[in-house]
Amino acid sequence: MNIVVCIKQVPDTESVIKIAGDGMSIDTGDIKWVMNPYDEFGVEEALRIVKDQGGEVTVVGAGPARVVEALRTALAMGADKAVHIQDDDLYGADPIAVAKMLAKAIEPLNPDIVFFGQRAVDDDSGVVSSAVAEFLGMPQLSVITKVELADGKVKGTRPIEGQTVVLEASLPAVISAQKGLNEPRYASLPGIMKAKKKPLETKTPADLGAERSDFIEIAALNPPPERAPGKTVEGETPGELAANLAKLLKEEAKVI
Amino acid sequence: MAGVWIIAEQRDGEFRKITYEVASAAKKVADELGTEVTAVVLGSGMQDACAELGKYGVAKVLYVDGDAFATYTTDAYTNAAGALIKDGAPDVVLFGASTQGKDLGGRLAARLDTGIAVDCTALAVADGKLKATRPIYAGKVYADVIINGTPQIASLRPNVFDVVEAGGEAAVEAASADAGEIKAAVAEVQAAEEGKIDLTEATVIVSGGRGMKEADNFKLLEELAGKLNAAVGASRSAVDAGWRHHTDQVGQTGKVVTPNLYIACGISGAIQHLAGMGSSKVIVAINKDADAPIHTKADYCVVADLFDVVPELTKEV
Ligand SMILES: Cc1cc2nc3c(=O)[nH]c(=O)nc-3n(C[C@H](O)[C@H](O)[C@H](O)COP(=O)(O)OP(=O)(O)OC[C@H]3O[C@@H](n4cnc5c(N)ncnc54)[C@H](O)[C@@H]3O)c2cc1C
Repeated sequence: MNIVVCIKQVPDTESVIKIAGDGMSIDTGDIKWVMNPYDEFGVEEALRIVKDQGGEVTVVGAGPARVVEALRTALAMGADKAVHIQDDDLYGADPIAVAKMLAKAIEPLNPDIVFFGQRAVDDDSGVVSSAVAEFLGMPQLSVITKVELADGKVKGTRPIEGQTVVLEASLPAVISAQKGLNEPRYASLPGIMKAKKKPLETKTPADLGAERSDFIEIAALNPPPERAPGKTVEGETPGELAANLAKLLKEEAKVI
Repeated sequence: MAGVWIIAEQRDGEFRKITYEVASAAKKVADELGTEVTAVVLGSGMQDACAELGKYGVAKVLYVDGDAFATYTTDAYTNAAGALIKDGAPDVVLFGASTQGKDLGGRLAARLDTGIAVDCTALAVADGKLKATRPIYAGKVYADVIINGTPQIASLRPNVFDVVEAGGEAAVEAASADAGEIKAAVAEVQAAEEGKIDLTEATVIVSGGRGMKEADNFKLLEELAGKLNAAVGASRSAVDAGWRHHTDQVGQTGKVVTPNLYIACGISGAIQHLAGMGSSKVIVAINKDADAPIHTKADYCVVADLFDVVPELTKEV
């Protein structure tokens, strides 16, 4: 099995996100960058498949020089090699434009499976995996919590509203990973040492013959809408508290 | 033909609520652009149901009938809707950011070589263009996004846009479009537990965290939920402890929910949990720690032991 896992480097989820002076981007000064949590499920699944069936795992990431850290994390988890599409201006770009670039980098790797996380926790778009599938002409299995491989085919389990569907496709295929797929391993210390010596190739968009074509433009970033301050529900006993709360929900908020 | 198009979502031949939300939002956009709403309906045996979309502001329905469209697949929907859109050249295409819409969005935008704004919570028209607002960084920031391609595609977060009854009957036109090759087929459909309401569609959610102490205690929340016709959610701590299934998790690595009412029981209100439920319309916190961060986000704070209050609340509602 030849498996590619695409990785995005995103701000750690605890990061305080500050809007930059231009009002259209974020201040990246104090951010701690990590591998997108959903991508970890993709790396883990790829490693498990290769352990079971043999093959190789290549991780691919796009963005400025710092993205190498996220790729090294995946190498330390056990991936074999990495490709970095270096473009200092790519962070915050139109995800479809990024997908186009990733597809160019993935194609020559001839993968049987391409894994993604089901969305990145920064732009929360969740469109890159399916756009890459389209650009590569592959089937897509998105938001998958279980992967089964047999006879050149893949089955993927996807929870949807009120149901669970099992999708089936021939390989090669693109799969986006959802929480529940597995428990990602941590990079071990020996893994981290080994990762330093693993091959990491750097390519520019020009090397790939890819041009940026952003359709999405950020007009403004704003803080979330303010919520009115909350009310403390009064009452001496649990019964009083419950009665007062029920009254507020019925008469004031009108939600029950 | 141009105009504002929507892609309807149906299951087992019935439109889902998100379709009415999207139609209502599309009607507003169309009014501002001085145009009309056309709905693309892909389904099987739904001819009669289509006219009903007129009630929510749809002027015209392009209905494609075929077995291949009975159940959603990425391929059939991208092939058929993609071809109709290329033909009709609408200015704007809208659909729900449901599981289906999220699956379709990236593929369709790539197929049509245009831009998409996903999971939008507000739409406006500026200089004849769609301006979409969408939460990013787990709701820590809201982005106003302009879509420069044609058509401008946006998917809308469920439960955010009001359903507005605006009109009468839609003109239904049988359209033909090929499902094409289905590369990723549905091999099996497993129904959820009888009567279980999905979190992303629920209008009321009762959620429990580490404060629930053990799996069995979730019965208290099930009872309250039963009376409120609510879904039961959980924090990651409750899921990681094995008390609830991971599909019940609300938050950054769980589900993003937007109910009218979210009741958080024994949940501290960590940033990753808030990321999933922070845009609920009304939030109730039941937490015995007055300093728990959830109390700063809640509309109604009950500082008390949940084991005392929840059973009483179940009696009151
Ligand atoms: C990458 C990443 C992703 C994450 N994703 C998610 C996610 O998607 N969803 C999520 O929820 N978390 C997520 N987390 C975890 C998150 O940081 C918190 O650890 C988690 O939300 C805490 O869950 P909790 O509020 O149930 O537990 P705690 O923080 O332990 O809080 C329990 C609360 O219950 C109260 N309590 C206890 N007993 C009672 C009682 N008898 N009556 C009333 N109140 C009581 C306590 O006062 C306390 O406030 C993520 C973390 C990381 C690092």
